[in-house]
Amino acid sequence: MPTFRETPSQTAGPYVHIGCVPTFAGLTGLYPEDLGSGPLYMDGVKGETITIRGRIIDGTGTPILDGVVEAWQADAEGLYNSPAEPRGPADPKFKGWGRAATMEGGVFTFETIKPGRVPWPDGRMQAPHIALWIVARGINIGLNTRLYFADEAEANAADPVLNRIEQKVRRDTLIAPLKDGAYIFDIHLQGDAETVFLDI
Amino acid sequence: MRNHNPVHPFVPRNLGEHPPSYAPGYKTSVLRSPRQALLSFSNSLTEATGPVFGHNLLGPNDHDLTVNYAAPGTSAIGERIIVHGYLRDGEGRPVPGALIEVWQANAGGRYRHVRDGYLAPLDPNFGGCGRVITDENGYYWYRTVRPGAYPWPNNPNDWRPAHIHFSVFGSGFAQRLISQLYFEGDPMIAMCPIVGTLPDPDAAALLTATLDMDNTIPFDARAYRYDITVRGRRSTPFENKLEGN
Repeated sequence: MPTFRETPSQTAGPYVHIGCVPTFAGLTGLYPEDLGSGPLYMDGVKGETITIRGRIIDGTGTPILDGVVEAWQADAEGLYNSPAEPRGPADPKFKGWGRAATMEGGVFTFETIKPGRVPWPDGRMQAPHIALWIVARGINIGLNTRLYFADEAEANAADPVLNRIEQKVRRDTLIAPLKDGAYIFDIHLQGDAETVFLDI
Repeated sequence: MRNHNPVHPFVPRNLGEHPPSYAPGYKTSVLRSPRQALLSFSNSLTEATGPVFGHNLLGPNDHDLTVNYAAPGTSAIGERIIVHGYLRDGEGRPVPGALIEVWQANAGGRYRHVRDGYLAPLDPNFGGCGRVITDENGYYWYRTVRPGAYPWPNNPNDWRPAHIHFSVFGSGFAQRLISQLYFEGDPMIAMCPIVGTLPDPDAAALLTATLDMDNTIPFDARAYRYDITVRGRRSTPFENKLEGN
């Protein structure tokens, strides 16, 4: 048993942008830029650049307009840009982390690269994926999920996390199709199309 | 490839110590909470790693909300306070080099956000946003003005207690946390539907900063002590075989 109890979560509230995406709140001049804004990569990054586009949708089918999504992923070789990465340095041109507010129409966007494969603790390889964390008014504890790629069908079929989802129809909620040059990932908080959320 | 520096996964989160997603007293949660169970699994490298930000991210006044949006020579209006404490993990180990972001309303309860229409005025010298990185002991501090209570549309006459929102990065994405700091002795804490989402009375106490006269700066700012705990790592590392077998 841990000695100290984890600080309990509370909602990020409707004004989360002030602290996390200040320019979206209309708050400029404090920081040089919003942390995590812009592409997750710099010029010269290894790998295939891609666009992720999605919405966060409530239990009535309405996109929410005040959400913030964070993305965390490996580089093209499957290495994380993190001091906790034990296998060696990641591509220095790849940050691996980004943050996006839902903008006009409730749409969030990430400009990133297709991640490489990362091992599962038992040595099997996971399919390429991006970890996503979602906060907003009405969300009491940040929701974790993963984005997988529809054009990685063979890897997806062997993925340890996807295979833990008993119902095939729910597995498909984590797989983003490629449409008009972007991977589309709508996150359904509740209802028939509810996205699989993770207890990590 | 051999794993010479194994990653330790995080201790599983005890969700019973956090608010449930569906908490109907906080009305917005009704349509924004999953109905299906979460899918649980032990951490892979995806969850055990996370972004870390260097001290060079910080500007000279990022930790001082009384001046970081103020015209030169002025400061924000309100009760001057310092909030300070330690960031540690569940085993009590300090968490150094961790980014903490904070945001809050001004002394009158008004947020500097394009969508806040509360009639209390903006303070031209207060932005309401700041950030710090914990030192080698996991210690952090920032200066600000105490925020005012704030009315919000939930029940017909709900007011938030004075609070400061905060966001914490540890060393892994699974530690990611956003919560709110409340102030010792505020009678609004017990009435608040958002505080009321917490599972037990002890949970609210964990979010309440305590008045700390010993660290108050005379004739300048009172101090509040506020320690934050993120998940610790397990002592058993991943197996030493990341490829093949």
